[in-house]
Amino acid sequence: MINEQLVWAIFFIPLASFCLLALLVRPFFNSYSYISGPIAIVSIGISFILSLLTFFEVATNSNHNLVSEPNSWLEIGDFHFTVGILMDPLTAVMLVVVTGVSLMVQIYSMGYMKPSNHGSENAEHHGPEELGKPVYARYFAYMSLFTASMLGLVMAANVVQLFVFWELVGLCSYLLIGFWFHRPAAAAAAKKAFIVTRIGDFGFLIALMYLFFKTHNKGDNYLEISVINANLPGLVDAGLITAGALTLIALGMFVGAIGKSGQFPLHTWLPDAMEGPTPVSALIHAATMVTAGVFLVARFFPIFEHSPDVMLIVTIIGGVTAIFAATMGLVANDIKRVLAYSTVSQLGYMMLALGVGAYGPAIFHLFTHAFFKALLFLGSGSVNHATGTFDMRYMGGLRRKMPITYITFLIGSLSLAGIFPLAGFWSKDEILLNAWDKGDVASIIGFSLALIAVFMTAFYMFRALLLTFEGDFRGGSDKDPEAQAHGPVHLTESPFPMVLPLVILAIPAVIIGFLVNPIKDFGGIPAHWFTHKLEHSLHLPPPPAFDPILAIISSLIALLGILLAWAMYKRNPYLSPATMGRVAGPIYTLFLNKYYVDEVYEKFITGRIYYNGIALISDWIDRNIVDRTVNIIGWLGANFGSLIRELQTGQTQMYATVTSVGIIIIAAVYIFGM
Amino acid sequence: MNYADIILIAPEISMALLASIIIIVDLFSSNKKLLAPLSLTGLLAPLCFCIMVRDNPSIGFNGTVKVDDFSVFFKYVIILATGLVILSSTTYAKRFDKHQGEYYSLILLSATGMMLLTSAIELITIYIALELTALPTAALAAFIREKKSAESGVKFLILSAVSSAVLLYGMVLIYGFTGTTYLSEIGTVIANHLSTSGQVTDNGILLFSVILITAGFGFKISAVPFQMWAPDVYEGAPTPITGFLSVASKAAGFAIILRILYTVFENETLSSDWASMMAVLSAISMSVGNLIAIKQNNIKRMLAYSTIAQAGYIMVGLAAMAGNTTLNTSGPVGILVYLAGYTFTNLAAFAVITAVSEDSGDDSIDSFAGLIKKSPTLAVIMTVSMISLIGIPPTIGFMAKIYLFGAAVETNLTWLAIVGVVNSVVSAYYYLRVVKTMFIDSPDEKHEIHPNLGVLSASVIAISGTVFFGFFPKPIIELARDAINTLIG
Repeated sequence: MINEQLVWAIFFIPLASFCLLALLVRPFFNSYSYISGPIAIVSIGISFILSLLTFFEVATNSNHNLVSEPNSWLEIGDFHFTVGILMDPLTAVMLVVVTGVSLMVQIYSMGYMKPSNHGSENAEHHGPEELGKPVYARYFAYMSLFTASMLGLVMAANVVQLFVFWELVGLCSYLLIGFWFHRPAAAAAAKKAFIVTRIGDFGFLIALMYLFFKTHNKGDNYLEISVINANLPGLVDAGLITAGALTLIALGMFVGAIGKSGQFPLHTWLPDAMEGPTPVSALIHAATMVTAGVFLVARFFPIFEHSPDVMLIVTIIGGVTAIFAATMGLVANDIKRVLAYSTVSQLGYMMLALGVGAYGPAIFHLFTHAFFKALLFLGSGSVNHATGTFDMRYMGGLRRKMPITYITFLIGSLSLAGIFPLAGFWSKDEILLNAWDKGDVASIIGFSLALIAVFMTAFYMFRALLLTFEGDFRGGSDKDPEAQAHGPVHLTESPFPMVLPLVILAIPAVIIGFLVNPIKDFGGIPAHWFTHKLEHSLHLPPPPAFDPILAIISSLIALLGILLAWAMYKRNPYLSPATMGRVAGPIYTLFLNKYYVDEVYEKFITGRIYYNGIALISDWIDRNIVDRTVNIIGWLGANFGSLIRELQTGQTQMYATVTSVGIIIIAAVYIFGM
Repeated sequence: MNYADIILIAPEISMALLASIIIIVDLFSSNKKLLAPLSLTGLLAPLCFCIMVRDNPSIGFNGTVKVDDFSVFFKYVIILATGLVILSSTTYAKRFDKHQGEYYSLILLSATGMMLLTSAIELITIYIALELTALPTAALAAFIREKKSAESGVKFLILSAVSSAVLLYGMVLIYGFTGTTYLSEIGTVIANHLSTSGQVTDNGILLFSVILITAGFGFKISAVPFQMWAPDVYEGAPTPITGFLSVASKAAGFAIILRILYTVFENETLSSDWASMMAVLSAISMSVGNLIAIKQNNIKRMLAYSTIAQAGYIMVGLAAMAGNTTLNTSGPVGILVYLAGYTFTNLAAFAVITAVSEDSGDDSIDSFAGLIKKSPTLAVIMTVSMISLIGIPPTIGFMAKIYLFGAAVETNLTWLAIVGVVNSVVSAYYYLRVVKTMFIDSPDEKHEIHPNLGVLSASVIAISGTVFFGFFPKPIIELARDAINTLIG
């Protein structure tokens, strides 16, 4: 049914779509750029179908010989560099998530990115490029490249390949976040995303170099991920590598994951990344980019598992991020920012799960989260399409105008809040259960933080839902002083290409949880099918059994959050938000200002320490030592060059003389020199 | 001589026949437009024969000519270069008016000589092939009827004669020492001699003959100190011919050097006696070429110095060919990969130069100002080509350099690898200056350049090879590895 060529095709078809759009359509056929949407969608659609087939092949066939040995790409002496596919359940799941969400997002984009929506009527806010269709081809070209890069990342069989695609994903997110590059905010956000994740990438790169440095003389090819995972812990046990080295490698990789997955303290780029087109946010937050960090930790799980110190750090960072981001989500006014903080928070859950050793549940949560988070983002885009703003203070009363958006958004919110029996409930419960079951201090701290975050999640999602869809309409972009760039107000349901993905995504947001990972045998599906498949080859201790009490407690907490949101934001609130704000004054301000982390980074670290400290020293060294050395060498080189040029007189006799003298000198060196 | 012998050199024969056909057609047909397409189509014949003879490696003509994977590899490269040069000459040659036939057929004849050179395994055959290569090139260099071109042709002729004389001296000495002109027999005699009496360097005749032969071929590959002719000749010659000289003639030169060194000397001799000479000449060539190139304002002259530097990089492979205990193949493999990649890269650059100088009328780097506005395609191709010449991924130039410098490190020539890398950085200065001129400087006059189909397709094909093999160097590396294995096998 499926073979290695077809698996390669999953990656190459979107790449081909990018090449077609970027190298052919955009430069030469720009007036026909409306074909770029269908091209991109058809190619990602084929990839999606192939991914599904691959997924079922891997899932049903546990001795998956789907992919043969990696292909040798470059051999220099005993350095072998290969290119190949690492096909395991993790890869198969990621393929489905990436292609599935990307397909939905791109179909949605057909409606959302239509020139009439974001161009002609508000021309003065857009660059000349956006007046017509040109923007269309560029958009879909980037989207195809983004998807292809992420697919390359999850399929990579060796670390260099992985790193290349890791960087490509970063580049694409830069291009897409800054898609409306003529808007200063978008350009700044793109830059911020790139620089902040770069800090993480640096840690990852150092880890890779250190890994190579430590293992290049240990026999096997330690560039292969499978070799690293299988043999590196053994090397430590055999004493060939110190445990400290392994810890450093794992830590470096985790720094990379922190950057990409927007974990504390490198989370600052993610909320700003909302400046990109909304479908891009959906893609970044659900399937590509941010999941890459979680994927990385999962990919090298055996390494992390072997370094308990790092696992501890992962647990704490995960737990702290889960609650830290949730608190900021409580007070954000921009609907996309609420969703962004919720992503950061949910990624914290996944990290927490990985930290307590719950590999399967972490990926399970990544899987379910992808669907309802994509749904929510696309829903916020649909709302924006009608109101022209993202600021919830200027929305309201959209329930009757946009019924489908409302219902799907409600489903997404319930799923994210973790309400039984929606998808989010099952995966979140697994994570809480595993953290509780592990029982050591860090896990319990992580568990408690996550449990409080459950309450907050439920609260902020329903706050968003009520502010957006209930009450009276508060004017949209006409009232919002900052929102004119987003388009006009026309309160109707969004066009078909936008509604369709919402409806499709709502289905897995409801059923995917108990369908793929039921707690008891369910029809033909064995209990914990999904997590078992994932953990199949990892030899983990058996997972804890489903705990109804814990499930009820967490559900009750979530319901409490919803209740509080309802009490505060219904038509005639029992608790007015203003009162609450006054009561919680300083904390409210703290949350609203994102704990002043941005300020600390920009004013203190960048401003004080960097500009007024390190930069001055570097500047001095650069001017006086580096530049001088270079100038001296350059001066020597130039003068030496002129000296030889003197010989180049144009006279043939001279040339023949030089040849003869050259021969004599060589002979003399041989005769007298040795 | 029998039928099998004829088949053996069928590629060369068909190439020479093609040259004759072109002259005859030129004589009877007034439609000169036919000539280039005819030459290009005709190149398929030698190509097919190459593919054919590759399956039957053997020695013919009383042991003077050897067809093996090694020679066929170079024949591919030479045919490729010839094709690209003819393709980029299509409009350029119009200025030769009635003499277009001679132009194309001289290129083909020179290519015949180069192809024969890669197969020759006997000194006299080598010499004849070498002269067949050089004489048509001298004529081609002088083809434009103006002062510079004539000067270029004459200089090439004279200096080529000097180098031939040097080479002949070396050959005569070898013959006097060993009593044979066959490379393999020379190798046996030298091996016997060395087994009884120490090192090559102890024997004055042998030492001097090898130095002379190296000098003779050093001229071909334009290695310092035998490089003096290159800038003047390159500048004056017709632009496509400059490209031809820089690529094909260099490839043939390296082919015969590898052939002689590997056939005549054994590993210990190579490593103890010759590797260090090659290493020093390599380092000097790179540095001299790059340092002088920085100051050039004429793009052809700049690329002439660049080609000297490139010869230096390639010689890293010669220096690294002898390991301490076993033969190291990655050095020679690197040479072959580099030459193939250099063919693509440099001919892309020369195709663009041909198109631009056609438009501006001179060869100054300034005439590239604002090329990105005048012709984005040409500007992008030139940029990629420059990047490949520096050795930045994802181009074949990077892959080839990795290979060569890696080989140097493997054979304990780390210092040479460092010199090579430093030189690559230096070279970035003048290569990127061209890029800067094209993208940032504003042109004197704004008009679009529309390169004709020939030049355009030549540059596109060449640059596609540069990029494609930059991503997937494997096919070239495999071919090169087979070639080197048969050579030392």
